[in-house]
Amino acid sequence: MKAPVSWIREYVDLPADVTTEQLAARLTALGLKLEAIEAPGDQITGPLVVGRVLTREPEPQKNGKTINWCTVDVGAANGTGEPQGIVCGAHNFDVGDLVVVVLPGGVLPGGFAISARKTYGHVSAGMICSAAELGISTEHDGIIVLPADAGEPGADAFDVLGLHDDVIEFEINPDRAYALSLRGIARDAALGFGAAFTDPADLGGRALPAANADGYPVDVQDAEGCPLFVARLVEGFDPTAATPDWMAQRLVQAGMRPISLAVDVTNYVMLEIGRPIHGYDADRLTGTLGVRRATAGERLTTLDGAVRTLAHGDLVVTDDSGIIGLGGVMGGADTEITDATTRVLIEAAHWDAVSMFRTGKRHKISSEAGKRNERGVDPTVTEAAADRVVELLTTHGGGTAAPGVTVVGSAPAQPTIDMASDLPERITGMSVPRETTLAHLRAVGCIVDEARAEVATLLTVTPPPWRPDLTDPHDLVEEVARVVGYDQVPSVLPRPGAGRGLTREQRLRRRAGRTLAGAGLVEVISFPFVGDAVLDQLGLPADDPRRHTVRLANPISSEEPGYTTTLLPGLLRAAARNLGRGAPGVALFETGTVAFPADRGPAPIHGVDRRPTDEELAQLYAAIPVQPLHLGVVLAGERERAGWWGSGRDSAWSDALAVVRRLGAELGLAVETRAAVRAPWHPGRCAEVLVGGRPVGHAGELHPKVCAAFDLPRRSAAVEIDLDVVLAEARDVVPGPSFSSYPLAKEDVALVVDDAVTVAAVEDALRSGAGELLESIRLFDVYTGEQVGSGRRSLAFALRFRAPDRTLTEPETSAARDAAVAAAVERCGAVQR
Amino acid sequence: MSGPNTDYDPVEVSTLKPDEVDAARDAALAAIGAAADLDALKQVRIDHTGDRSPLALANREIGALPPQARKEAGQRVGQARGAVGKALAARQVVLEAEHEERMLAEETVDVTLPTDRVPAGARHPVTTGSELIADIFVAMGWEVAEGPVIEAEWLNFDALNLGPDHPARTMQDTFWTDPADNGVVLRTHTSPVQARTMLTRTPPIYVVCPGRVFRTDEYDATHSPVFHQVEGLAIDEGITMAHLKGTLDHFATAMFGEGIVTRFRPSFFPFTEPSAEVDLVCFVCRGTALNADGTDVCRTCRGEGWIEWGGCGVVNPRVLRACGVDSDRYTGFAFGMGIDRTLMFRHGIEDLRDLFEGDVRFTTAFGSEL
Ligand SMILES: [Zn+2]
Repeated sequence: MKAPVSWIREYVDLPADVTTEQLAARLTALGLKLEAIEAPGDQITGPLVVGRVLTREPEPQKNGKTINWCTVDVGAANGTGEPQGIVCGAHNFDVGDLVVVVLPGGVLPGGFAISARKTYGHVSAGMICSAAELGISTEHDGIIVLPADAGEPGADAFDVLGLHDDVIEFEINPDRAYALSLRGIARDAALGFGAAFTDPADLGGRALPAANADGYPVDVQDAEGCPLFVARLVEGFDPTAATPDWMAQRLVQAGMRPISLAVDVTNYVMLEIGRPIHGYDADRLTGTLGVRRATAGERLTTLDGAVRTLAHGDLVVTDDSGIIGLGGVMGGADTEITDATTRVLIEAAHWDAVSMFRTGKRHKISSEAGKRNERGVDPTVTEAAADRVVELLTTHGGGTAAPGVTVVGSAPAQPTIDMASDLPERITGMSVPRETTLAHLRAVGCIVDEARAEVATLLTVTPPPWRPDLTDPHDLVEEVARVVGYDQVPSVLPRPGAGRGLTREQRLRRRAGRTLAGAGLVEVISFPFVGDAVLDQLGLPADDPRRHTVRLANPISSEEPGYTTTLLPGLLRAAARNLGRGAPGVALFETGTVAFPADRGPAPIHGVDRRPTDEELAQLYAAIPVQPLHLGVVLAGERERAGWWGSGRDSAWSDALAVVRRLGAELGLAVETRAAVRAPWHPGRCAEVLVGGRPVGHAGELHPKVCAAFDLPRRSAAVEIDLDVVLAEARDVVPGPSFSSYPLAKEDVALVVDDAVTVAAVEDALRSGAGELLESIRLFDVYTGEQVGSGRRSLAFALRFRAPDRTLTEPETSAARDAAVAAAVERCGAVQR
Repeated sequence: MSGPNTDYDPVEVSTLKPDEVDAARDAALAAIGAAADLDALKQVRIDHTGDRSPLALANREIGALPPQARKEAGQRVGQARGAVGKALAARQVVLEAEHEERMLAEETVDVTLPTDRVPAGARHPVTTGSELIADIFVAMGWEVAEGPVIEAEWLNFDALNLGPDHPARTMQDTFWTDPADNGVVLRTHTSPVQARTMLTRTPPIYVVCPGRVFRTDEYDATHSPVFHQVEGLAIDEGITMAHLKGTLDHFATAMFGEGIVTRFRPSFFPFTEPSAEVDLVCFVCRGTALNADGTDVCRTCRGEGWIEWGGCGVVNPRVLRACGVDSDRYTGFAFGMGIDRTLMFRHGIEDLRDLFEGDVRFTTAFGSEL
């Protein structure tokens, strides 16, 4: 909402020395937030004067343009009184017109300094200005032609153009709809400065014409949707009458475009008093005006030319021809005022705010009228607003007010609110004596009844009619608090009892993140949206459950309408982005929520007047998608860098498994792996990861096609595991290990086995055979080649033996080793080399 | 060693003549002094103390002397050998020290060589920032609450006093799951976590709720459809706006440093009443509205001296009722602000998109803690 300061001052007796900044700051403190101050004149240095065009000679130029060589009377402003010679490129003026001239020495917005200069064969001593050049409009349709009575040549043009009039733009919150009018803004300004307020809706104290039976016939069939409907008629209106400049200027300052007098007057009154008005061409109406709810499927062409199919619940205005407007939201095309309208029917009506909101939302109409009607307008100014429109139309458009005055219905009564008088103090923590509460409530327009209260501490408060947002005691607390001043709220730290600290999950998640970062991985955060294309890139089969996503009704991109079921798309893209930006290698991880549809039907919308029952809540929770926390990892390109120490090493499937095992070790978990086939991994290089016997995800090398699809180097590796399960399995209290300090005995064994026999199987066999003296076992070499024969490989293990209570003898160690080998031979068909 | 030779006249045994013994000793000492390195010294040791060295030979001859002559000769030779042994040991120490020094010098490396064989990892600043915020509150006795990002419409809106026709529902454009009347949305704030907390716990409640939220915003330098928010909720007997102010002042100081306090302005949120916008003293100009070079006007706060940080207020009793909290007995406050925005302020991050691009150059700068 843009409010010219001069317009605010018209209704508030503000001290003259209050600056625009002070005014804006005070109103901000009261809840009308300063968005911007427009001070058009600040960018201009004079002399900027009124001039009268004496001569105008068009001179065609070689470049095809025609310029005008003009002489302009600028009075004594140029120091000589002689006509000023100026070249002007615009053509929208004639000899005798009053224009705006900036003389040499002046500076226009953008630091554009004016001097006498030679151009097009003349010395042009100044410039005839357009609104755009003065920074007061962005329209480039020629120079400003002032009204004939704007001023004498040589007069200062700042005042003529209103360049000294700052405009404050406010951001108005939904609860302060009253401030969508100058009436409301001025009222708060008066409150803020303790200044006298003149209500523009009082119309200078004149009496409103009483309702009578001679007005235009109106039949409101839905009094709930339209409790009050006022109709007035202006006849003999001159459709060619111009909007007075002061009105046009204020409309422009407020951000609206002047259109025609009839339209401008309704907009002006809406800005002034806050009540949206609709004007009809009375000659295009047939019969009685009606108000009713539409039936679904009825149609209306609104004045923006759109054909609307109406829904049940839309409030419509009708005449005998059918629907002629969406009441309070937008009028119809067939009955709107045109440039030939001489009989104007003025509709000022009070509409049900919820209906306005629903209709605006349903038809995606955002109009100035709708914005006000849906937030709530003061119903008591309806007749005054209509009368103000009549006044302005007759004054400036030459018409006469028809004697008929239609008033159907009445302004709804204001509900009262009971509030404990000490509530403001109890809620705000400020010292707010009862007298302060009473004074401030009255200052914002409430009627406070102390006598009516059965309990002495209870106040019965009737909010003012322009405050439909005030419904609860806490709303009144905010009113008192903003007048006292939010800056008066003291700063006091609450002292909660001992908290429980972070949860186990929260601590473990931090631990997992630190472990992964410690392993050289960089965390990323990706958008969780996917579509078929990226799931195809991952090579997911058609029946893969990961293709069954939670779908969004209004996704950012229709290509990616699903909430992701896997973290890999975001990670693979981020990896490719890094490599594309020149990184030699990248190791990324993400911990994030994925989602799988609950497929349990819609989540119910419960009431809010009480807590839902546990059963109702369970119903609600069950309808929400399952959202496990996943960990994803991608490793691509160099894992270890090449350097003066030697060559680098690219990421491989084993790096992916190493990450998983490192995380497992940190969380005290034994991680098992077994071969698996699963997209998007390489079918021969994918491990299913198990923790505590539970499958938690997969790790390994990505399928070559997937690498190609995501622009990643071959052999890139990835992990995706369900972190919720892993963290649930994590060991909470690590038992302190006990270990022997007797000497170590080492034995290496090399075993040849078929390729199909896994290292894990051989290791298990060795371990079981070696018995209790075995301290550790580690595979240190794998050999394939002629010496072991095709289809077989040699595995070399280092076994370490140690006893808890003595130094092992050579025969003891050998016996243990032999037993280990024997077990491998028996279970795995191993042959010792 | 030969047996005693009684025929010998000691004076006649040339090797045992005093001047011969002295000469052998002096020759040995000279050679020791001249040994340039450990290898040379080793040879000197062989030449002058070995079996065939003059002093060794002389020593052998002592036994052949008549007993009356042995003592003097033994003494003479013993002294000479002692002097040589001592000199050898001393020289050994010196040469070993020299050798070590030379060896270490030879092993000198260029310590400016790079060592970036294994690149460093890092955690995302939003993660570590959320943890930092959580820690600030946990230190005050608060707890950290979390909830699902895809949430029941009732919990995201209705329970928070945003009814189906509330104008505020259009203020924040929501991602709805399909079909749109499914009653399930991508949460637009972390407030449903507050609702869940109130629904399951009895006051006193002091929780912060950091997390990911969604709005159908454009994606640009300051907006993102996916971003992060931290909200706080305190429900207790006697809670007032003053407690809210105290908490936010403490939070601001902990995040941005001493002197960075907050300001309240009246505002509107359905969840709270009274409601306030909370501004921070501009951490760049510290409220002066001037740039560091003293010029007009501070680019960070555009000369206002304050920066919008978030929204807050006293929990609307309607919300307490819907969530089963006794609104006659308890009052509460709530606040919420963007984590991403807070980090942009704190670290001078100019483009919000840096947080979501996954460029490791951005993330590694922050390490693993903020
Ligand atoms: Zn600043």
